[in-house]
Amino acid sequence: MTDHAYNFAYLDEETKRMIRRAILKAIAVPGYQVPFASREMPMPYGWGTGGVQVTAACLTPGDVLKVIDQGADDTTNAVSIRRFFQRTAGVATTEATTEATLIQTRHRIPETPLTADQILVYQVPIPEPLRFLEPRETETRKMHALEEYGLMHVKLYEDIARHGEIATSYAYPVKVGDRYVMDPSPIPKFDNPKLSDSPAIQLFGAGRESRIYALPPHTRVVSLDFDDHPFTPSKADHACDLCGAAESYLDEVITDDLGSRMFVCSDTDFCRTRREAGQVGRLGGTLEGEAA
Amino acid sequence: MYVAVKGGERAIDNAHAFLAEERRGDPAMPDLSVGQIAGQLKLAVNRVMAEGSLYDPGLAALAIKQARGDMVEAVFLIRAYRTTLPRFGSTVPVETGQMACIRRISATFKDLPGGQILGPTFDYTHRLLDFKLAAEGGMPAAPEAPSRPGPVPHVTALLDRDGLIQRETDSGTPAPDLTRDPLHLPASRALRLQALARADEGFTLALAYSTQRGYGRTHAFVGELRIGMVRVSLDLPELGFAVEIAEIELSECETVNQFTGSKTEPPQFTRGYGLAFGQNERKSLAMSLVDRALRWRELGEENIGAPAQDEEFVLMHSDNVQATGFLEHIKLPHYVDFQSELELIRRLRAEAAK
Amino acid sequence: MSGPLLQVRNLTKTYGARIGCADVGFDLWPGEVLGIVGESGSGKSTLLSCLAGHQAPDAGEVIFATAEGPRDVLRMTESERRRLSRTDWAYVHQNPRDGLRMGVTAGGNVGERLMAVGARNYGSIRETATDWLGRVEIAADRIDDRPRAFSGGMQQRLQIARNLVTGPRLVFMDEPTGGLDVSVQARLLDLLRGLVRQMGLSVIIVTHDLAVVRLLADRLMVMKSGRVVEQGLTDQVLDDPQHAYTQLLVSSILQV
Repeated sequence: MTDHAYNFAYLDEETKRMIRRAILKAIAVPGYQVPFASREMPMPYGWGTGGVQVTAACLTPGDVLKVIDQGADDTTNAVSIRRFFQRTAGVATTEATTEATLIQTRHRIPETPLTADQILVYQVPIPEPLRFLEPRETETRKMHALEEYGLMHVKLYEDIARHGEIATSYAYPVKVGDRYVMDPSPIPKFDNPKLSDSPAIQLFGAGRESRIYALPPHTRVVSLDFDDHPFTPSKADHACDLCGAAESYLDEVITDDLGSRMFVCSDTDFCRTRREAGQVGRLGGTLEGEAA
Repeated sequence: MYVAVKGGERAIDNAHAFLAEERRGDPAMPDLSVGQIAGQLKLAVNRVMAEGSLYDPGLAALAIKQARGDMVEAVFLIRAYRTTLPRFGSTVPVETGQMACIRRISATFKDLPGGQILGPTFDYTHRLLDFKLAAEGGMPAAPEAPSRPGPVPHVTALLDRDGLIQRETDSGTPAPDLTRDPLHLPASRALRLQALARADEGFTLALAYSTQRGYGRTHAFVGELRIGMVRVSLDLPELGFAVEIAEIELSECETVNQFTGSKTEPPQFTRGYGLAFGQNERKSLAMSLVDRALRWRELGEENIGAPAQDEEFVLMHSDNVQATGFLEHIKLPHYVDFQSELELIRRLRAEAAK
Repeated sequence: MSGPLLQVRNLTKTYGARIGCADVGFDLWPGEVLGIVGESGSGKSTLLSCLAGHQAPDAGEVIFATAEGPRDVLRMTESERRRLSRTDWAYVHQNPRDGLRMGVTAGGNVGERLMAVGARNYGSIRETATDWLGRVEIAADRIDDRPRAFSGGMQQRLQIARNLVTGPRLVFMDEPTGGLDVSVQARLLDLLRGLVRQMGLSVIIVTHDLAVVRLLADRLMVMKSGRVVEQGLTDQVLDDPQHAYTQLLVSSILQV
């Protein structure tokens, strides 16, 4: 069902052009936060308005859209955003990573490697990696302009001095193309290696903070660390209990009040695809009874 | 066998149906009409128009009805609607000196040209619950005074004639538009005022109050507060002249503030300015105090580190639609981030136990 | 390198009709410690903040011998100036709170400049920080404490370590012994003198305390009402003051 009271993908063409200009600039200067005139959207700030605006500006009628939140297609916010574009753009949607041309995500990168024909749009709550070290926008912009990133490493140093390791587990800061320090959005640091050298275009939209930034295909993205405390992507030390995957990021699910728990792939499409291909984990049975 | 949580779509649909039912309330009671809200909850409507940045009492009333009286939610509905509207142009600046005032008071002069008009105010009412209102009844008519024709000069203009107040000059540059361009800091005064005009009333009130209690004190007098209708005109390039397109109600407040003068300038009063859609007295008053506090740099005053002096702090946190969205987003699932924190804590604890 | 490290010419800064400093000029040679003295309001702090780029003077030149040759600091871009201030330059504030990150551990405070210029080995950063804490007489086991837990004298010594760790070529000091007790001052002065001599530091130090310059400075500049009224070798100026104001300054101290 398409709602014809609104322009294709909700935003008017003038606004989309403005956002596309910001996107092009962001792609031209990888990792640099481009200010854009973020619009009020019909969903709340902090709920993906940045990602939604970027998606709206990129969508064409031929696109196939996938929306995930926490890796899953069926979490409430993913459902809400997917419906929004079904209604305002009438585009085809999918849950299969391989079929999608545009994927909007919150907090995860799909496990299935992306291709050159795909755009990954991230929802970003706080785009500024230096924000919690320096609250002032005027100062952090200057720090980026002058490449003053010593403070970022002070934070990592303090982590090690206190905890013996870098105690940042998500939204782990990266350096893009040897120039800008960037917040990869709150993806678990397990996903950080997937940022680098990806054939897909990766776009980051922060609506409330009015910023867009980007990683063009095959950009080198390095997670900040020390030579003697190198970055390590980590995940729960288990295999998926449904599909048996040992290399995917896992959600922990508490199954009773006695502390029993199981681990399942956070990427629901990845997990289902494996099970459809006959892979079975510790507790995985048939697929029946699980239809959405 | 474990079954993952599914059915987000159905849950959302059901929640929305429940919401609609709750909004309507007891079906035995008559439905509230938008006209009733616009007519009888006018100050709520005014607040939604001001913070929603859209002058349309009917839509604001509808938003209040749809939001079940949640003002921030109603502002949000109006803002989301507003973004989709085409923009034809900018109006000619409204001439508040020509305002047809229903209320106009000055705290600095006992009497002045144009007179003091109390108008429909809560001031001097005793805040006693009026149980007559609970029982439906007729309404006594208010006595009417003859309207006073002619412009009502601004108090600050009277002070300006004697050079007693700092003169404001038109920079001639077009006003920036916060809703069409990203906020850049440092912001011009015009941009600050624009942000304050749509700022959350509670936030603005708290900041203004803090300046009165010493966090960036500005010694404000209400030079003038006026409420009434003004004409809105739009320049039509095809015609070559401005055409009156509407009349809107505004609240305007100008404060007169102490200024001790500097090495180069003799002492002079300074101004704070507040303007809001509709009868919106508290907001325009608070806005003028915050505007004045933010002008410390331009007036060569000391920054004592008060929140109301901190432009970036004020402008970045004044918008309730932004604030509520970000606050409430923590209700969204954060399984992934929490999972990674869980693993980190477990690892650190295991490390510590060794 | 031959030639002066810093050449200052006709430096002037006014605040409206009031003079901050006027027509100040001097040369600073590598390894030299220059003291600037005067009472409060004499313009010495204005001068220092103009030299260090914290304030923009109205006129003049401040030519610094960078690795790539002499450059007028005042005509540098902010980017270049900030780079300079975290590599070749250091600034010791009177109040250690202005020069330290109070929420960061002592080790992190000392390590920041190292990391800012590219140090990426945690172990060696920590080793260097430990070494520097020792040099400013702070026990190694305090490395993971925050400066809030330190006494005023310790905070000031930590600030000095944080500034000197990258071996800056020019150090600005603004009343470094300012807010400290007399006994603590003496210890700090002793420490500073040791570091200055060991490292061969080039320093511009502003103070109202003639005892500080007597101990540290090779050369002295006396300021009054924004102008330099006398300058020369420290002993010469203090023992045989020529200008009436300097004579007053010296006699008022010696009488104590």
